[in-house]
This record gives sequence, C-alpha cells and structure tokens, in this order.
Amino acid sequence: MSNNNGNLLEVKNLRTYFDTEDGEVKAVDGVSFQLKRGETLGIVGESGSGKSVTNLSIIRLIPEPPGRIVSGEILFDGTDILSLNESAVRKIRGRRVAMIFQDPMTSLNPFMKISRQLMEITQLHLGHNKSEAYEHAIKMLETVGIPEARTRVDNYPHEFSGGMRQRVMIAMALCCEPELLIADEPTTALDVTIQAQILELIKTLKRATGTSVILVTHDLGVVAGMSDHLLVMYAGKIFEQAPTAELFAQPGNPYTKALLRSVPDPLKEQGELYQIPGLPPDVAHLPAGCPFAPRCYRAEEICRREFPPFVQLTAEHFSLCHFAQEVFQDSAKATEAM
Amino acid sequence: MNDERPTVPGETEQSEPGLRVDPAPEYRHGDIIHTPQEYVLADADVLTVERGDVIAGSSLWRDAWRRLLKNRLAVFGLIVVGVITLASVLGPFIIKKATGLTPDFIPSDVSLLRSIPPLTAPDGSFSWTHPMGTDNQGRDLLARVLQGGQISLMVGIVSTLVSLLIGVSYGATAGYLGGRVDNLMMRAVDVLYSLPYIVIVIVLLSVFRSQTARGQVILLFIALGCVSWLTMARIVRGQVLSLKNQEFVLAAKATGVSTPRIIFRHIVPNTLGPVIVYATLTIPTVMLTEAFLSFLGFGVQPPLASWGSLATDGIQNIGIFPWQLIFPGVTMALTLFSLNFLGDGLRDALDPQTRKL
Repeated sequence: MSNNNGNLLEVKNLRTYFDTEDGEVKAVDGVSFQLKRGETLGIVGESGSGKSVTNLSIIRLIPEPPGRIVSGEILFDGTDILSLNESAVRKIRGRRVAMIFQDPMTSLNPFMKISRQLMEITQLHLGHNKSEAYEHAIKMLETVGIPEARTRVDNYPHEFSGGMRQRVMIAMALCCEPELLIADEPTTALDVTIQAQILELIKTLKRATGTSVILVTHDLGVVAGMSDHLLVMYAGKIFEQAPTAELFAQPGNPYTKALLRSVPDPLKEQGELYQIPGLPPDVAHLPAGCPFAPRCYRAEEICRREFPPFVQLTAEHFSLCHFAQEVFQDSAKATEAM
Repeated sequence: MNDERPTVPGETEQSEPGLRVDPAPEYRHGDIIHTPQEYVLADADVLTVERGDVIAGSSLWRDAWRRLLKNRLAVFGLIVVGVITLASVLGPFIIKKATGLTPDFIPSDVSLLRSIPPLTAPDGSFSWTHPMGTDNQGRDLLARVLQGGQISLMVGIVSTLVSLLIGVSYGATAGYLGGRVDNLMMRAVDVLYSLPYIVIVIVLLSVFRSQTARGQVILLFIALGCVSWLTMARIVRGQVLSLKNQEFVLAAKATGVSTPRIIFRHIVPNTLGPVIVYATLTIPTVMLTEAFLSFLGFGVQPPLASWGSLATDGIQNIGIFPWQLIFPGVTMALTLFSLNFLGDGLRDALDPQTRKL
C-alpha cells in the first residue's frame, strides 16, 4: 500500500463543469485538498457552492452529460480515480468509498426490504452467500443501534422513521468497512435530537473502524465538533482551508467571518440575526474578480477587477482573498479582545 | 395521564395519576364518565404496544387490495373474470369426465347443418343437455365456448406477457440510459407506432403460416405480443425517467451496483403499479384483436376454437340459429368489460393520486 505521507485522498485542481442551456457552469473550479487516514474533513458552504459536486466527483457519480470532469487528479490511496475504467470504479464504490446522502426518506428503495438492500452490497463486494449476508445485515443494524434488528431487518423502508432510516443508510455505507466515508449533509433532513444521535453514531463508528470521513454540511455547528480540518467553499472554489479550531478562532477570509457571524449564539441576545447581504452568485455568469466581492464588507476596487490569490497564512491555513493577511490579523485582535 | 374526573378545581393536581377509586363524585348531567376500569384497560393497551409487540405494518399491496375491494365494479369484474377463467380451464375437463366426449366431438346421429336451440332436447322438449344449444355440426356450444375461452384467455394473457417482457425491458433501458440512446430507441417506437399494426400482424401470420392449428396459436401469441409492447415501452420509459433521478438510485450507484442490476432490480419494481394496470387493460385489447383476426380467418384454425372463430361460424347462420353468435359474443363481451372494470379499479387502487375525488 503506497503511503503518500499518510494521505488517503488527494484531490488536485479538480474542475467539474456542467453544460447547461445557460452556458458552462463551473460547479467545481480548481479544488485541491488532502485527507489523512482516520481524519475527518468538513466541507461547509451555502447551497450551490459545489460541495456535493466535489463529493460526487470523487466517486465519479457526476451525471455525464451534462456534467464532465474537465481536469484534475483524484488520488485515492495512490491511484487516480479519474483514470480508472467504469468497472474498476464500481469495485471502489461501496467497498472502499461509501456515501451517505442527505435525505434518508428517499435514499432507500421503497420497494426493497432493508435486508435485501444491505445484503446486495456485501454479496457484491465481499462475496457473501445469502445466509452470511443476512447475518451480516443484522449485525450491521445492531451496530448502528436499531433495536430488535433481527425482526426489523425484513421490514420495508416506510416502516422506519427518518432517523432510523438514516441509521440504515449508515449501516449500508459501513457494511464493507470502507476506508473513506462521504457523508453528504447526513443530518439536514433530521430534527435536532436525531441529528445529535446520528452525528454521535458516525463519530463512534469512525473511532471504531478508523475510517476517514468527509462531512459535508451547511451547518457550522455540526462540523465544529466533528472535523479535524475544514474547507469553506463558495461558488465552486475553496475560500478558506484550515484546521477546524484555527478556522473558528481566527478566520482569514471575509466570507468565513460572515458565515460565522450568521450562526445564532444562544449566549448573546442578538436581536436580529446577521445575514450575509445578497444571494449566492449565479455560477454560470461569475463576475471577473472575486465571486464574493458584491456581498463582501471588505471589498475594494481590486476585488471587482482581479481574481484573488490563494494566500498561505500559517502552515495549514490558506485563504482566497486579496486582504487575507489583514483579515487574519483582524480576527486575531478580535479574539484577544474578547 | 390525563385524568378528566369532574372534580373541584385544584384537586386534580393533588390526586395521584393512579387508579385509585375515589368516592363517587357528583356528576352533572351530560358528563362523560370515565370509570377507573377504563383506565386500567387503556394502560394495558399502551403497555403491550410499548413492550415492542410487532405491529403489523400496512403494506402498499394490502392498502391497494383494500381500496380495490371498495370499488364495486372492480369486484364485479374480478368475480366475472375469475368465474369465466375457472370455467374455461376446468369446464372441458369436467365435460369430458362426465360425458366422455371432447368439445370437438361431432355426434354421428345429427345431420349436418342442423342446430339444436338452447335448453331443448333433439325432440323439441325442454332439456339441460345443451344449455347453449349446438353448433351447425351438432357440437355442444357450451363446450365449444369454454374451449374457445381457453384459447382466447391464453392469447390475451400470453401476448400481454410477451408485450410486458419486451416493453418493460425496452422502455426501462431507454429511459435509464437517456440521451442519444433513448432518442434512437424511442424514435424506433414512433416509427413502429405509425405502421398499421393489424396489417403487420396479418402479414406476420400469413408469411409464417403454420401447418398445425396449435402452431398457428403460438404464432398468434408472438405476433400480437410483438405489436402491443409499444405503449408499454412508453409508459415504462416515462416512469423510469422520473425515477432515475431519485436519490435511492444514486445511493445504489454509490454502492457499486452495476447498471443492468440498477435498472431491473431497483427501478423496474418501482414501476410495477402502472405496469400492472396497463397490462390488465392490454389483455382485453389483445383478446379483441385476436377475435378480429380469427373473424377474418387469420387467427385460430379449426379444430381449435376461440370466441372470435366461434362468432365467425355463428354469423354465417345468424338468421336461422342466432344462439351460435349470441353465446360466444356475449361471453366475450362480458369478459372484456369485466377486465376493463378490473383494470380501472386497479388503477384507482394502485395510484390513488390520479383518482377523481
């Protein structure tokens, strides 16, 4: 097994474009990041910022056409996924890279018993026979905390509640003990108490199996407690990349600061909640300069004219901004003042 | 527990939410009186449920079945179709067991071109011997109609199965693959649609004309199946188009399931509702076409009979022996509209959204 400095996944300069009637949409435009074994990477951003497309690109599930991966490398354990043929990618999907989707209500096949959906995967990837797969399915349901797994395994999805279905999805994702788990907004469709349970479950299982996790969310609270590193995405680009604690303590990008400000703080009586002015840009018609410039409190003439540089602030902290250093220092002062 | 005993305000808070029997309070007229025994029962119910007894889930099919049973016309259709099918399957055997005669037995004592009217003995007196009379060769018409029913129903069912097989796989493949493949496949369907299918069937049947009567029936199955899959393909394609973007398909892809497996194991079962409905409505259409072809002489050949060929035989003598047309015709009509009622009922039952409220 090649080591790559302990990196399980290395994404280099990934560009995924979609051809639409409105022109070429650069859904993901030059995204690079690494993920070490056993670590968790959080990806945050508004709707349409390219989070999901990044993840779908990793396991080559972009619908083609209209989508296409224009350039880039996705090194998974040393092999470039983009250079593999379809059947080789299929052997990775579900076996080594698994995915959990946003809406547990629709991501289970309503016409198949839970047992068959779980058995299908292990029969396919682990070569289980029927009875082995069945027992494995029950074991997985017990692992994810579904009571009376032996009777529940033969139920249909509609007989489960939303939280239980998300548990089933997690069981499906983890039943081949994948090396990478991609959780695409796993808690968005669930209510808050169930959210906490599901996150706790992912955390526990991650600790037990040593799986690396990519956690996509637009909820900063969710990633804060879960991830080691964070990516902040906007308009298909990485705006800021940093270890989680550092990003929360000392953000180096106006967009991140704005995002952090718009999280309600129960300790402070805030009155009206802060919101970033304007709307996310139309990715098909991006302005020439910084895509966030029209909504940015710090924007100057240069922001509207020139695309900002990706500035390195500390060893692992990068920010896409003309004034990255300045914003970074400001945040430091603000933290000290507090 | 919400204890609603009519008590003095303030007392309710103090009293334990238990099953203590209080001295009978004063009731006002019209109060709903809950006795402690009722609470005991209610508690027991709650407990049994909480203990995790398996509550029988109400499955989609059971729901659909319940809705179907509420629809009187559909139930009527179901019963009629059931009775006719059963009679056609078992009837000829029973007749053979009881009388030793096959449905195509021509009695030797009856002169040709003579038919006995229904419920009449050869000497003119009342008799149950031939409840539908005889045909102009002296064969019992009931036995012929039942035998014809076998062929007619079989043509309907087998041809529908053939059309199901072709239509579902074709439509599902086109819909799932999408893009250029879909375009090409569906344009082919459009072209086939524009050809007059009766002509195709007639050409098929006369080009591959079989020597035996049984071979001709098999040919009929294939020919009718081959022309009736077009609408099925369109319906299935439409369904698949809306299903393939659902998240569970993406989830299946993300677990590494292969494309054919996704189409046939994950998507096709989800189209079953509309497919069943359309298949039920295809059966009568195919049967009607078969009758039409037999009527023209392209279909079922003697000594086999279908309702269509019996009607052809009957129509030649309609002025003198009307029962020879009436009985096969009425039986067929009854079956066809029963099937249509059943199909409509199934549509309402399986797809409640489209039901007119």
